Amino acid sequence: MTSGSLTTRRGLARTLTYLSLVVASVVVLLPLLVVLLTSLKSSQEMANDSGALQLPDNLLNFENYVTAFQDGQMLAAFGNTAFILLFAITGTVIIGSMAAYAIDRFTFRFRKLVVALFLVATLVPGVTTQVATFQIVDSFGMFDTRWAPIALYMGTDIVSIYIFLQFVRSIPISLDESARLDGANAFTIYRKIIFPLLKPAIATVVIVKGITVYNDFYIPFLYMPSEELGVISTSLFRFKGPFGAHWENISAGAVLVILPTLVVFLFLQRYIYNGFTRGATK
Amino acid sequence: MTDTTEKVARPKQAAPPAPKSAAPRKVRLWRGLTPWLFLAAPLVLLITFTYAPVANMVAYSFTDWDGVSPELSYTGADNYVELFTRPELFEVFFVSGYYLAASVVQIAAALYFATILSFNVRFRNFFKGVLFFPYLINGVAIGFVFLYFFQDGGTLDSVLRLFGVESDKAWLGTSTSANVSLAGVSVWRYMGLNFVLFLGAIQSIPGELYEAAELDGANRWQQFRHIIAPGIRPILSLSVILSISGSLSVFEIPYIMTGGATGTETFVIQTVKLAFQFNKTGLASAAAVVLLLIILAVTWVQRRLVPDEKVDLV
Repeated sequence: MTSGSLTTRRGLARTLTYLSLVVASVVVLLPLLVVLLTSLKSSQEMANDSGALQLPDNLLNFENYVTAFQDGQMLAAFGNTAFILLFAITGTVIIGSMAAYAIDRFTFRFRKLVVALFLVATLVPGVTTQVATFQIVDSFGMFDTRWAPIALYMGTDIVSIYIFLQFVRSIPISLDESARLDGANAFTIYRKIIFPLLKPAIATVVIVKGITVYNDFYIPFLYMPSEELGVISTSLFRFKGPFGAHWENISAGAVLVILPTLVVFLFLQRYIYNGFTRGATK
Repeated sequence: MTDTTEKVARPKQAAPPAPKSAAPRKVRLWRGLTPWLFLAAPLVLLITFTYAPVANMVAYSFTDWDGVSPELSYTGADNYVELFTRPELFEVFFVSGYYLAASVVQIAAALYFATILSFNVRFRNFFKGVLFFPYLINGVAIGFVFLYFFQDGGTLDSVLRLFGVESDKAWLGTSTSANVSLAGVSVWRYMGLNFVLFLGAIQSIPGELYEAAELDGANRWQQFRHIIAPGIRPILSLSVILSISGSLSVFEIPYIMTGGATGTETFVIQTVKLAFQFNKTGLASAAAVVLLLIILAVTWVQRRLVPDEKVDLV
């Protein structure tokens, strides 16, 4: 083989590589882009059936967004989601870090059993047990309140415990010991030494948990049927009825839901990659 | 903690031996109790929302309970018999086949993109971001984006028209076409996670290995075969397991897009309908127990085949 044909072969491979990447990017971005374009079209434009790829007449036509906010109750939905996010994330961080501290820093009887309980729970897929979980949540009187998803998000997050555990393990025990010599008790050590040093883990858990809760559909759908308790997923889901074939309104709703995710992703990319990688390989 | 308790105990030291041994016992009691104080909340939540439901579910599965009435009677294994003998109840598992096939495509694509992006490629971060982003998008939004995509005269038809293909096919109209479309959406949504996991694993392989291979004249394929493939074995097997259990418990995409119509009903959609629309809590519980057992079995097989050091929590 001459060196000339080798370079052309290399060049061809390079071209094919970039071609495949560009095709993949188009496959990912085009469906989203079309929905963005649709959200800016007026109902007349949609009725004219100008085709999905047609640019809207007015790129600054935000009328559909106003409709989505007013008739689609998106504002209330964002409020409910924010409320649930706040409590669920705070709870997850406190509970997860406490569990990790106890498991890593103490030797006690049944420690192995406790660890096994947490571990086996990761194998139980949440979707399958909802039939019975529902009855328990209902018996607490939490059905159709925002506390049902909050409790479920806090109570079934073993991945966060695992992320905290990895970090607690990396904090040198000598720090605990010197604090103990200064008269600190276990709770003070947790609050003043361990918790502040867990900042990177907390950031990871907040982001991963935040995105998971923001996107969850199943739990709010099952536990909060009331319209005024809609979170963004369930409120957007309800667009299907009243807006029927009004794709311009539905698209505006979808864009409204995707946009915050995009902003968070652009600003926190590194944390997001790390967090989801760590979460999945638990 | 030890220190403070001892300080309290110290004045008593003047007294005869008895209290002296009482103090360490108190210390020991406190010390034994401390971890449980930290674990109380997590354990209560874990048992209430994971283990109690599993136990209840198994119990319900042997009854004819409807989920509301105070009465229920023990029916033995009737629910399980019904589940395995009424073909339409078990047919939904065939739908999982589409998603299983899709996850093969998904893992292959993820592997391909992870490999090429691990080499020096311009705009690498941009491509990485684009490929991963769908994984972060809200499932309902994805459902709507793709309802419009497959809509008559929607995105897909318009793109096909650009290439001169006139199509008036209802993509979600027939069972096969709908399931293939939905499985395609699932690939679109989840490929990014596999890709980022693979990329992370590949990038943790020391660079000297590639340099040495390049000096020895190894080409890209040989590098992949002998350096990358062994390096990502554990994460690959994890992905396979996750896609098997994922294919069995598909819910969101078909529920949002078709509601389980035109033969796209999955096992989980059926279970949810049985439990919450037809009030057959007993039968739904039996179905859920079957799914749980299958997923546990799959996981168990994986743990046996690939003993993974990452599995132990402590």
